[in-house]
This record gives sequence, C-alpha cells and structure tokens, in this order.
Amino acid sequence: MNTANHTSNGGTWLDLLAGGADVYDWPAVRVRDASLAGAPARFIAVVPDAANRFPRARTGEVGLVEGWQLAQAVHEVINADRASSNKRAIVAVIDVTSQAYGRREEAFGIHQALAGAAGAYAQARLAGHPVIGLIVGLAMSGAFLAHGYQANRLIAFDDPGVMVHAMGKASAARITLRSVEALEALAQSVPPMAYDIHSYASLGLLWKVLQPSSASAPSSDDVALVTTTLEAALADIANDTRKYLATRFDGEHRAASRRVRQLLREQWKGETSA
Amino acid sequence: MNIEQLLNRDSFIERSARNRARALLDAGSMRELIGPFDRVTSPWLAQQKLVTQSDDGVVVAKGTVDGVATVVLAIEGAFQGGSMGEVGGAKIAGALELAADDNRAGIPTQAVIVFETGGVRLQEANLGLAAIAEIQSAIVDLRRYRPVIGVSAGTVGCYGGMSIAAGLCSYLVLTREARLGLNGPQVIEQEAGIAEFDARNRALIWGLTGGQQRAATGLADALVDDDTAQVRSLVVDLFRAGVPAEHRSDRYAHYLERLARFDTAGQPEAADVRALYGKDL
Repeated sequence: MNTANHTSNGGTWLDLLAGGADVYDWPAVRVRDASLAGAPARFIAVVPDAANRFPRARTGEVGLVEGWQLAQAVHEVINADRASSNKRAIVAVIDVTSQAYGRREEAFGIHQALAGAAGAYAQARLAGHPVIGLIVGLAMSGAFLAHGYQANRLIAFDDPGVMVHAMGKASAARITLRSVEALEALAQSVPPMAYDIHSYASLGLLWKVLQPSSASAPSSDDVALVTTTLEAALADIANDTRKYLATRFDGEHRAASRRVRQLLREQWKGETSA
Repeated sequence: MNIEQLLNRDSFIERSARNRARALLDAGSMRELIGPFDRVTSPWLAQQKLVTQSDDGVVVAKGTVDGVATVVLAIEGAFQGGSMGEVGGAKIAGALELAADDNRAGIPTQAVIVFETGGVRLQEANLGLAAIAEIQSAIVDLRRYRPVIGVSAGTVGCYGGMSIAAGLCSYLVLTREARLGLNGPQVIEQEAGIAEFDARNRALIWGLTGGQQRAATGLADALVDDDTAQVRSLVVDLFRAGVPAEHRSDRYAHYLERLARFDTAGQPEAADVRALYGKDL
C-alpha cells in the first residue's frame, strides 16, 4: 500500500486529514477511510504518478483510469450504505492539474471515464451522502468536473497556488484567437475569466474560502481550521433538504443564472401551442 | 442511402437548433421557453464587445414525443461554436431540473439534448464550467425517472465538459458526421505537441472520435443517417425502451478491466479500440 511520497498539495492534505492506509492499491487515485465529526468518511485525492502507464497522465491529471477509479471509489460507498440511513461523508481533496490531453485518452473515450466519476459523485449526493469538495491546489477544467464539482459544498484555500479554470492560458488563447497577454488583461476585468481564487469566489460557487498559513506546508493550526470547516460543512448540509446545487446560484456575478431559472419556472407550465 | 433517397432526404445537420427541436417533437406540440423575444443574452460577451444572440445559442423547446411530455435542449453550433456560457448553460440545467421536479410530482417528463458544442465558452470560462457541472447534476437526477437522450449530428461535434454530459446521458445517438471527445484536436496539439495529435489530420480525428467509431465501440448507442425522420424515429424508440438497466457511466468495472489489457507503449489505431471494447463490452 502507498502511504507516503507525494509532492502535491492534494497528497499532503489527504495525509493530514485522513491518516492510515490506502483503501486501494492505486498510485494516482488515493482513497482513505477515516472519520469526520465522529463518523466514518471517505477521503479521495488524485495525486501525481510519475510511473503512470498512460504517459499523458503522470503529473496529477485525471485520465482514463483515474476517472473510472474515482467512479469505483464513490460507487462502492454508495453501495455499502445503500440500506443505511447514515450515509457516510465523501471528501474530495482537489488538486488536479487538468484532464489528460492525449491521443490514447480520446481514442478510449476519456469523456466517458470522467462521466463515470462526475456521475458517481452526483449519485452519491442525490442518495444523501454529504459530499464536500476541498480545493487545496489546482481545480482545472474537466478534471474538476470529474473530481469535486458535484459536491454539496465547495471550500477553497486563499493561496497563490490555488486556481480554478476551464482551460490553461496558452490553449485558451489559441482557441479564442487572442494572445496570452490579451487574455490576462481581459481576465482582470471579467470575473469569470480570471484565474485567481478571489474572482472565482465572487461567482458564488464557493461555500467558504479559508486562509491557511500555507497550502503546501500546513501548520497544525491550518489542519485544525480545515477540520473544523469540514465539520461545519457537514452540519450545514445536514440542515439543508436540497440535494441539488441550488446553493451556488446566489453569487454576486450569477444574476443571469437566477433570471434564467426564474423565467423557466414562469414559463414551464402552460398550454402547448398548436 | 441511395442517390434518390439522398436527394430527397430532410437533412438533420442542415437544420438550425430551433428546427431540430421542432422536428424531434410531435407535430404542432412545440412551445419555446425563454425564446429570442425574451432577449436574455450573455452579459459577459456584451462586456467584451462581442456579438450576443437573443437566445444565447440554446433553444429550450417543450412539447411531447409519442404523447409524453418532453423538453428538447438544442444547442446552436453556429453561434460561438455552440459554446456554453452562463445563460445557455442555465437554460439547459434549469430545464432539466424542472423536468426532474415534474417526475417527482408524478408528471413523467423526458429530455433530449442536441449537442453541437465545443464545451465551455472561454469568454465566460468559470461560469460556463459551473453551468456544465449543473447540467451534469441535472442529467443524473432526471435519468433516474425517464431517459435523457443525447443526439449529436454535426458538424461542430461534442467536446469539452459537454462531452462528459453526453457520457451521462441514458442513450447517445450520433451520425457519421458527428465527433465526440473531451479535448478538441487543437487543444491536444497545443498541450501535447503535434506528434501526439495532428489537429489537421481529419482522417485521424474522425477515425478515432467520429460517430461511426463511437457507435462501433459502444461509446454511443446508435449510428443514424443524416435524415430527420430517422433521427426522430430512433429517439422515439429509445424513449419507449425506457431507462436503461445500467447507465454507461456506471460501468467502471468493465472499462477498467479493458483498459488494463491495453499496452500503452504505443498509440492506438481505430481498430485497436474496436478490438478492445468491441460489442460485448
């Protein structure tokens, strides 16, 4: 079993929040069963695996195998608690550089593997498992969709190494026919385009933003802060009957999302035109 | 399709998103929600002095299929590459959420999503990504009650986070012209180099990610000609089949077992993927 030797924030925080042995003998998807607020909880992180069989998934990406393994790790919890009214919590410790970009990945359907992961997390949430996403590093694009974005509550560190985005800067510049400099300039004034966590927080998608003294070399106070916050998130989820993602619609910069849902509700019922 | 059929066919690909939606629903049953005259446009494109569209590239059409309440979410590939921004994404997610609520209230309601999309609209980056997560959540919720059918006809294809959404659908229908993949060829070339993926090699792109290959390898459920009547007829049949016993996205054990058999030292050809996944998967 792998128990040490990570360099990523994800690996560091997984060890700090959930000690003990890995549940599976998997090098990149690390799963620990520990306790949170005195109850069993499953902690999951994706960490770099320099020896990954798939060469495009060696630096913390979510690839084909990682996507399906995330699905397995979550489905096994859903199945184990199927008959129980106490659904154990699932904590996604998020530090994912991106999805794996490669020919093998497209050929074998990486989109389907990530659907496996995203679908599993969504099913866990709908089944009543409290699902928490803790962003301790990068939360990029498809990798974030697969690992964490389906959580009931998202918590992120206010740290320069923490970043949420839909695409790396070079690729985003190429696809939008802009220079990287022009893209960065735009990101200053358009909050959803920015790469920093403060702009992201203004979108209203985060439940809490924490300020640890260090995301990569945390102190015991940092760990205590995170543990307390995870426990508070559990309590908040328990007091909320909504199992979908409605808590994310209240942000300052999500007026259009609210307006669209309002109009849909008003127009949903009604006579079908001839 | 013979030449006469080809000349007389009613192309699905050539239809606009709105006309695709109309064609999929029972004749005369379509009612558009948040239509162009509601003028809900992207605040973010406007802020960047880019052209907006009065439906933000997504048509929400309510009606019936086979007499059953159905909502069609059709993405217009001709606007901003079918990209998902805040408004278009909220239209899809919000409609799917209401369809799931209807099922809980005892009103069977099903959905078709017509995917013609490059994924997140990068000008609205994080709000597009958030909307896609909400679309995925809503698909997983709704598909417990009634099928969510994905259709991708071309020519844009289905990419990015929306390909993950397509992977969550109960059934997926593709034409030969369609492409389905997570990362677009240009992005792979940018991130991994031309030796990994040559974005100009169209035979490679369609060979590995085209509709025919995806259907042959079980990553799509059906291949259909670019013919509106055939697309509609297939959608009707799939709705009649009901919720599948097991969704493709839940088959982690099968896929992990197959992937473990592949020698990753080399790059796969289309035939390698067909051999590994085959029809028995």
